[in-house]
Parts: sequence; C-alpha cells; structure tokens
Amino acid sequence: MSTPPTLPATASVLLAHEVGLHARPSVKLTKLAKTFSSRIEFASDADGPWIDAKSIVKVMAVKVPKDTVVHFRAAGADADAAVAALVQLVEADFEDATV
Amino acid sequence: MSVEARSPEPPTYQGRPASPGVTFGPVVVERAATGSGRGAGDPAGERAALETALAGAAAALAGLVAGSSADAAEILEFQLALVEDEALSAPAFEAIDAGQPAEAAWRQALDAQIADYRAAEEEYFRARAADLVDLRDRVAGLLGGQTVAGVELPDGAVYLADDIAPSRFLSTDWRGRGIALQAGSPTSHVAMLARARGIPMIVGLGTVSVDEGDLVLLDADSGRLVVAAEPADQLRFAAEFAIHRRRAPATLETATGPALTADGERVAILINVADPSELSDVPVAICDGIGLARTELMFNAPGAAGIGTSGGTGTGGGAGLADEETQLSAYRRLLAWADGRPVTVRTLDAGGDKPIAGYTVPNEANSFLGMRGVRLSLKHPDIFRVQIRALLRAAAEGEIRVMVPMVSVPSEMRQVREMVAAAAGELAAEGLAHKVPPVGMMVEVPAAALVLEAFDTDFVSIGSNDLTQYVMAASRDSADLHDLADPADPAVLALIATIVDKAGRRAVPVSICGDAGGDPAIVPALLDAGLRTLSVAPAAVGRVRRAVNDYRSAAA
Repeated sequence: MSTPPTLPATASVLLAHEVGLHARPSVKLTKLAKTFSSRIEFASDADGPWIDAKSIVKVMAVKVPKDTVVHFRAAGADADAAVAALVQLVEADFEDATV
Repeated sequence: MSVEARSPEPPTYQGRPASPGVTFGPVVVERAATGSGRGAGDPAGERAALETALAGAAAALAGLVAGSSADAAEILEFQLALVEDEALSAPAFEAIDAGQPAEAAWRQALDAQIADYRAAEEEYFRARAADLVDLRDRVAGLLGGQTVAGVELPDGAVYLADDIAPSRFLSTDWRGRGIALQAGSPTSHVAMLARARGIPMIVGLGTVSVDEGDLVLLDADSGRLVVAAEPADQLRFAAEFAIHRRRAPATLETATGPALTADGERVAILINVADPSELSDVPVAICDGIGLARTELMFNAPGAAGIGTSGGTGTGGGAGLADEETQLSAYRRLLAWADGRPVTVRTLDAGGDKPIAGYTVPNEANSFLGMRGVRLSLKHPDIFRVQIRALLRAAAEGEIRVMVPMVSVPSEMRQVREMVAAAAGELAAEGLAHKVPPVGMMVEVPAAALVLEAFDTDFVSIGSNDLTQYVMAASRDSADLHDLADPADPAVLALIATIVDKAGRRAVPVSICGDAGGDPAIVPALLDAGLRTLSVAPAAVGRVRRAVNDYRSAAA
C-alpha cells in the first residue's frame, strides 16, 4: 500500500485483553473502525508496519499478544474521533457494548 | 424378504442408529465438496460468481448470527467479518483475473490463509483455522450451487451428508429434522449432542442414491433410511410418521419420582450432559442427578458462553481453554439445575475422537490407545490444576463429584489425589471457599477393571463405550465393526459384572455412564450384572425408566 506521510491523528494504548488481540476483540475493533470514514491504521510497533484497521484479516495477522502497546493513526474528516473511539475500546478491554 | 409385497420394495439403506427417533420429509443433500459441476467461464463471469457467492455467504452468516445463541453467534461473527473483508478475497480475484476459475481461486486463497493459521505459534491462532475451513467450504458450496447447510432446512428435512462437523451441527436448527450420515460414528460429539437433544440420527449408511427433495423416512430407531419414490409409499410413511409423532411427546414427558423394577427395587437414573445449555428443557424431577457432565465442549468452543476467548490460565493462553472462573460458573449452572442432586463432573477427557487443538497430540497413529483422558491431564498439570481448583470451589457450594477418565493404573489416581490435595492447600492459602469432593474413576480400561481393588477411588462409573471397544478390540468408529463392538457381548457383560462385584465388596458406589445404559434392550442385562445406577442421555430417561419398570430379577 502507498504510504502517506504522517497521518494527523495518532494515539497509543496498552492492550491488556487476557489473550491478546484475538477473534472477538478483532471483530469489535474492525467493526468500530469501519464506522468512521477516515483511513485508519493500526500497528503493534510505533515504527510499523502499519496495517489497515478496517481489515480483520490484516488485524488478526498481526497476532498481537497480551500486554502490547498498540498504536492507531488516522487521516480524514473524523480522524480524531476515530482514534479516540478505538483507544477507548481497547481501554475498556473490548467490553464496550455500543459497538 | 416379504411375500406380501405387492409392489417393488422402496429403496432402503441400513445404517447404525446413532440417536433414536423418526422423521419423514425431504432430503437435503450436502455432498463433500470435491469441486463443483460448474464450468469455468471467462474472468468477468468468474469474478461475478465469486462476488455473488461471497454476498450469499455473508447474508447467510448474518442470518445465522441473528438467530443464534450468544456462544454460537460469536463464532459466526468472526466468519462474517472475514467474508466481508476484501483483504480475504483479493488474492482470489487476482487469480481469477489471471484466468483461474472462481472456485479454485477461492480455495487457493483460503488454503493459503488456513496454512498460515495452522503454522501459527500460538494455539489460539491454530484453532482459528477451523473457522476459515468452515468459511472456505461455505463459499465454495455456494459457487457450486449447493445448498448451504446451516441455513434453513425445511420442516421434517433429512440432512444427508458424509459426515458432519460439530460447528455445523450447532449452527443449524434441527428441531423436527433428522440426520443421515453415509459415514460418521455413533460416538462422535455430534451424535452425543443429537441424542441429548432428541434429534434422530443414523450413521454408516454407505452411499445413498437420492436426489435433493426426495421424500424419505428416517427411522433412527432401527437405523433405516427408506426412499419413498412412489405416492403409495409416501402416504404409508406419512401415516407411519404421524403415529411416531403422536408417540414422541410421551417419550419426552417422563414420569417423576423413584424408578422401581417390577420387584420394587430402586434404580437410580441420572443424566449425561455435554453442555449446561442442554438442560434448559429438561425437568430435573425426571432424574436423580447428573451422572456424567462432560467438560470437553467447555474447552473446545471458541467463544462459547464466556468460554474460550478468555484463554487458559497459566498456560500462556490459547486453544480456547476455559479459565478457572469460567469453569466455576459452568459447574455452578449444573449445580443450580440439579437442585441438590449430585453432579458428577468428568475431568477433561480429550484425545481419542475428541481432539482439542493445541492440547491433544495431533495425528496420533492410534489415538484410542494414545494420549487421552487422565494421561493428557497429568501431562498438562497446569491445565488440569485449573480444572481441579474450579471443581473444588464448586464443591463448596453443592454435591460435586469428580470423575477421572481413562484411568489404567493405580498411580494415576494417586497423582490425581496429590494434585487435589495441593489445590486444596492453595485455595486455603488464598482464602477461597472450597471442599474436597469425592474423587472417583471411570472404568473403561480392562486393566483397571480387572484389578479394581488396587485403586484408591471413592466411586466407580463404567464407561461402556470405551470398555467395549477395548475388550472386543473393535473400533467404535468403524461402521463395519458394529456387530463386534457390542456392549451386550457376554465378555463385556462378564467384565461389567466383575467390576460391580469388586466395587460392591469395598462398598464403593458403582454406576454406568456409557450408551449401553440408555439402550432399553441392554438395560435388563446391566441390571442382571448388578448395576442399580444408570446415567443416560436426557432423551433416553423415559425409555430407560420403562425398561426398569418391566424388569424382574431372575433371583426374585
């Protein structure tokens, strides 16, 4: 994928979910990401690689273990809101019922 | 065979009854998808075909999610998210553009993903390969124009397949339907679930030549599948089925109170259960408690009712192993249902025909003689310890009994008891309420049966399915060995009588929890052998009670 310069909105959050970023959390994460129009990327390392946060295939492929700091960045009209919502989802340990 | 046959006999196939009952209705054929009959078109056509199939699969999955219980819905939502993700199908579309037919392109793309998951370091990811296989076959089936099972079966439908996966069973509404398998086994997980839910099922039918929509009579009481090609047959079978249907409620609606033989002797009838959710329709008053609560499904269901996605405590995660709190809540559900009656929980009995990804030994050459039951539990003390802790905590709240499967030698029981004592010490140190419950053994290995007096056990429960296959040296998986793998064989019954006698001498309670106990034809022989406690599938309680009521001991 073509790499944009730096995406305006970024945030990092510690993933504490008991078994890491597995099927159920990944479903919730990508579902939430898709509710925003911005391009949203996700990484398990601040230096990347950055992957599309709306793709469960790619998110699952990262195989993020527990206690990893995960990073989001977004570009677009609702970029700030998107990053905030995703961080909140991870902080709430994916229990957020509003997704 | 019949001289009064006035017209040619309708085509009949004989298989093995796996779960009793009768149904009459249209056949829904799900053949193993070995490539479709669809011819490959140009890339544009193939592209459109794959797009249509993906949309169809997504719609079907969305419908399933909406209609599923929470546990099943979570499994299906993952597949739904996958099928909606363009990243999954992109390689397939690329291959189509390069000239591949849609189905081959799709399979290759998914197989690459599946291989990637199977190669994953973490057990949890390896286990997800099954979800992708399910999805691959669902979309491939749509490309081949096949009916997707797990969507909608017409009323009274008979689902015909080679074999059936547990996930597919769980994602289909079987009420009023039946299952006919050309291969399969009566002791598979699906067969157990079918028995518990009263879904008629036959296995080992061999190749059945019918067309989708043909009317068939599935008589799973006798293991017969009859094709009603002629209108006269259809009328006859419809009438036969109507009689069965009138009888059916009587089978389920069983009497309450103690079951007595014709001599007035009390026989305890308990139930076998694989999943607490099975109990919702079963009134506890029809039985004397739970004689066998299996725990394999609890360990094998990704996302099942809070089970699975939470990972194994102290195991480094993965494999959908339930943690202590999750197990405890499942045991509490059993206790709550039993309402003061005893609940015998069998510790994890994986291996054999019950694999758990990342736990059992993959591709074991002779798995029924391999790492299974307590052998695996002792090999994985970190996982076993969690189960023991949860059981001890549950025992503080009710009549829990712990049953250890596949015990062969006395040292295994000693090691289990040491682990129980250690867990009790831990829980005491942590200030958690607990109690050491009776710890008993399942007797299914002839070695244990023959020297039962050497074992330190609080009770004995005979696992007649495995005992039979080990005594007869006849695999319970093989439809061809049906006659040999007979729990009523004199050798098996003699060994059962030995077990009852040895247990009786030491005043150790003895029961049977294998399928033989649920077979009214075998119940008299089991009572003759001295058994007075039978644990059977919920759907079998009524017929077992009637067999008990009719029994008169030879001595009386």
